[in-house]
Parts: sequence; structure tokens; C-alpha cells
Amino acid sequence: MTADIRTTAPVHRSAAPAARPPKSHPRRGRWGVHIFLTAVSLLFLAPLLLAVYASLRPYDETAQHGYLSWPRHLSLDYYRRAYTESGMGKYFTNTLLIAVPAVIVTLFLAAFVAFAVSRLRLRGGLVLLMLFTAGNLLPQQVLVTPLYVLFNKIPLPWWMSDSLTMYDSYWAVILVNIGFQMGFCVFVLANFMRTLPQEILEAAIVDGAGVWTQFWRITLPLCRPALAALATLEFTWIYNDFLWALIFISNPDKLPITSSLNNLRGQFFTDYNLLAAGSVLVALPTILVFLLLQRHFIAGLTLGSTKG
Amino acid sequence: MALTFPRRAGGRRRLRRFTRRDAVVLGLLLGIPVLLDIVIVWGPTLASIGLSFTAWDGIGDIHWVGLDNYRNLADNYPPFWPAVRHNIMWLLFLGLIATPFGLLLAVLIDRGVRFSRFYQSVLYMPVVLSLAIVGFIAQLILGTDQGVVNTVLNNHDDPIDWLGDSHLNLWMIMIAAGWRHVGYVMILYLAGLKSVDPELKEAAAIDGANERQTFFRVVFPTMRPVNVIVGVITVIEALRAFDIVYAVNKGRNGLELLSVLITDNIIGEASRIGFGSAIAVVLLVVSLGFIVTFLVQELRGARDR
Repeated sequence: MTADIRTTAPVHRSAAPAARPPKSHPRRGRWGVHIFLTAVSLLFLAPLLLAVYASLRPYDETAQHGYLSWPRHLSLDYYRRAYTESGMGKYFTNTLLIAVPAVIVTLFLAAFVAFAVSRLRLRGGLVLLMLFTAGNLLPQQVLVTPLYVLFNKIPLPWWMSDSLTMYDSYWAVILVNIGFQMGFCVFVLANFMRTLPQEILEAAIVDGAGVWTQFWRITLPLCRPALAALATLEFTWIYNDFLWALIFISNPDKLPITSSLNNLRGQFFTDYNLLAAGSVLVALPTILVFLLLQRHFIAGLTLGSTKG
Repeated sequence: MALTFPRRAGGRRRLRRFTRRDAVVLGLLLGIPVLLDIVIVWGPTLASIGLSFTAWDGIGDIHWVGLDNYRNLADNYPPFWPAVRHNIMWLLFLGLIATPFGLLLAVLIDRGVRFSRFYQSVLYMPVVLSLAIVGFIAQLILGTDQGVVNTVLNNHDDPIDWLGDSHLNLWMIMIAAGWRHVGYVMILYLAGLKSVDPELKEAAAIDGANERQTFFRVVFPTMRPVNVIVGVITVIEALRAFDIVYAVNKGRNGLELLSVLITDNIIGEASRIGFGSAIAVVLLVVSLGFIVTFLVQELRGARDR
């Protein structure tokens, strides 16, 4: 019975690897695997460590000896400079202004669509699911021109956008992110909801619960792990987005954090160590979110793929 | 009761389930997302297809030019065919090297080695980085004057321009993109492997299959849903690739990709919107081929449930 709820299954199984049949060369095989995995892990980690290392050293030193040399001076000075010179605080706020509403609205709308498609047995539900899923897989560039024209034509009052149009406002970026990311969330949540026992809903229907109660009070609380996972995933994706802001925002003060690194590039000379410090600062929130919510994060990617 | 209820009382239940309030809730909460999806995704897609048959600079009048854009694209737009070739190379690199490597790592980690959590986190870490940062880190490693690789090679007098040489740079960028792709594929397969019933493996072992046979004949085929998803992600990532190239050198000099050409034509100074849309439609048609295949697989899966 409990095997129906997919997310719980992997956790239990990974905890009991001892049940495996013994192999012919257990010890030699194990060591080989460890050496290989450690080597690959170091190789994967090296670029990140290098960026951190470069950010701690003064430019003169690395210019003379290259990035791969023993350190003579180490300091956190570049971090202070990267933060103040790029105006990172402001851009970080901009990113939050875009990402937080986008994630919340996307999850809410996607959850309802997924609920309707997977739990209510509506006619045309499958078509709806296809429409959303396929939409998420289209290349973004296909949408760019018509949206650019459309956003330029939609007027907004001054208290919503100081450009007086949808273009060059957070609304445009938020809306595009919602529209585009909904597909993925609908897909994952519909697959997740399908694994919930239908009997719970039927009991609620017998008790006279309406559609809203079935959705908000009964189904959604059961989806908490999937929602938490998707929230962290979507936050990283929207945080890292580069293209939408590049196209729909023209005022440099409104750009999100991924664009702030460009402020650290000089016109004639770029201090790459400063840029390294900036990159580490920009990457830090996503890495922290990942490490803190790792369990959810990984579950979020797997929910859509493991289904019966 | 739960078994017979839906079938026997289907018609009556439908009536009772959707009261007026329910209909309003459904209409509103399905209507808004569908409307958004149409306005943000599908409408613009159709509009792009329409624009691809026109000449337009974004300000003046729109002229219908029929298939001219497509003819020009194939015959007298030099970056087009290199971009197509680069996208195909990108796809082959991800599909033949990065994806199988991710699968290999997932299989090794799934065998229950110690520290598997550590390996898993480290290998997945690059996935959370923005491609703009990945592109910048590539410059640190591969740069001409201070880059790590050139320091190791100790060729200070005649450094190799890994990112500038148009014969080399695409490979370097593909490796950087693969760095992220491997972790993503690994996580998906790790989940897939954990959902495979261990009894299947035991049964195969009892029948005398060795580990390799068990994997390729039993485990891998049962992971079909994951295989389909990984396949689609690989293809879509290869077709959509944009940020990393744009961050390195705005997609020039050996790094041309279809996505970059579209962006250049549409938001560049030339503002050839009809022409850019034609490139977008080429990309769209290729993507749709894979999307439809994926959806057919999904549809079958949904019917089986």
C-alpha cells in the first residue's frame, strides 16, 4: 500500500544496500569504484575551488605567476570590493522581487492544473497536460519577438511600472517566468498526485467537499514534499535566468543579479580575480539553498521521472 | 466500495461533484493558467511562425515575403550552416559522452558505496550554477595569460588560446556545458535506479545473468520513463544552449549557435525580425520533432496507468 507513494520508496531502499548479493571480487571492485568516484568528484569540484582561490589573491600576484601557484598574500578584500563596486545588494533585491512572486504563483497555478488533470478525470485533461508540458520544452528564443512587441503595447499605470509599459518592468519578467515554468511544475505535480491514493478524495466527496476543498485542504497538504522540492528548483532556475531579463528589461537599475557581474568588467582592463569574487558571491545563494535543502532538491528532480 | 463506486455512479457523481461554486473555481483556476500558457507560450510561438514569412525591422511596416527568409537563410547567410553544425556537435557530445557518463556515475553510486551522499552532492553542485558563471570559470581555467591549463603546459611564450581559437573553443565550451549536464543526468538516473524493483535483479542473478547482463537486459529497459526524460532533456539542452556561449564571447568566432543567431538578428542592431524568426522556426521544428515523440511516450504511459 505505501509503495504507491514513490518518494518514500527510494529513501528506504538506499538505506539498505546490504541486501545485495555478494560480488566475486568485492574488495578490489569497491576500491576501484572509490578511487574513480573520488577522482571524478575532485575534477568536478576543482573549477569551483579555483574560482574561490583566485578570488582570495591580489591581481599582481596571479598576473605574474598564473593562477596555479603558491599563494603569497590571501585576503577577503576582493569580496568587499565585488559587493560594493557591482552594487550587488540592489541587484539581489531585484532578483528576489522577480523570483519570489514568480515561484509562488507558478506553484499555485501549476498545482491546481495538475490536480484537475490527474485527480478530477476531466475530459480533455490529457490534452491540457500535453499543452503545458510541451510548452516548457520549446526553445525560449522562439517566444522572444512576439512577447517583446506585446509587452511594448501593454500600458501599465505609473504605480505599477515607471516605464509606463509592460516592457522594462518586473511584471514582464515575472509573467514570462510563470508562463514558461508552469509546464514543468504541472508535469511533475501531476505525476506526483497520481501516486496519491484516490480513496482519500472519494471519502471527501462523500462528505460533500467541493473542488476547492478537495484541492486546498486535502490534496495540497499531501503534496508538501513535491512542492518544497519544486520551490527550491524553480528558485534556482529563475535566479540563474539570464535571457528574459536581457530582453525585457532595458533600465540597468532593474537588472537581476546575474547581470551585475558585467559591472565588474572594466572598459579597458578586467581584474579577473575581482570577477571571481563576484562570481562566488552570485553563486553562493544557490549553492547554500542546494546544500540546505539537498534532500528536497534531489527529490524534486526525481519525482517527475519515477512513476509506475 | 472504492472499487465499484466510480464506475457504477459515474454520471450521477459528475453532476453532484460540480456545483455552481465548483464550476467557478474550476473555470477561474484552470482558465488563468491556460490563458497564461496561450498568451506567453503558444500564441507567441504561432506569431513567430507567421513573422518568419515577413520582412520587418520592428518599427516600420510588415511586408509579406513568402519563403524568402528561408531561402536567404540556406543560401546567403554564412553563419547559418556552421551554427547548425555546432548545434549537432553539441547534441552528439551531450548524447554520446556526457549522458552515458552521468549514467555510469549513477550506477556506481547506486551500488551502495560509502560516502555516496558526498559524491552525489559534489557531482550535482555544478547544476545549480548559472551558465554565465560557468562561462566565466572557463575563462579562469583556459585563459591565455594566467589560465591554469596553459600554466600547467608551461607554454608562456606561445600560449594556446583555448577559448579564442575557433577550432578549439567549441570543444572547451561543450566540456564546460557537459560539466553541468553530467550531474543532472546522474541525479535523474539515481532516482530511476532506486525505483527499480530489487527482486528483478535478484531474479536475473538466479537465472545466471552476470552484472553487466542484468543491467543492460533487465535494469536499463525497466527505466524507460527515465530514459525518455533524459533523452528529451539532452536534446532540448543541446538545442537551447545559449547562456554559456553568450557569456564567453557573445557567440562569435567559432561559437555560433542557432539560439545566438536568433538573438543577434532580433535584438541586435540590424533588427531583422522576420529573418530571426525564420531561424527560430527552424529550431522550433527540430524541437517539436523530439517533443512530439516524448509526448507520445508519455501518452502511452498515462494510458497504461
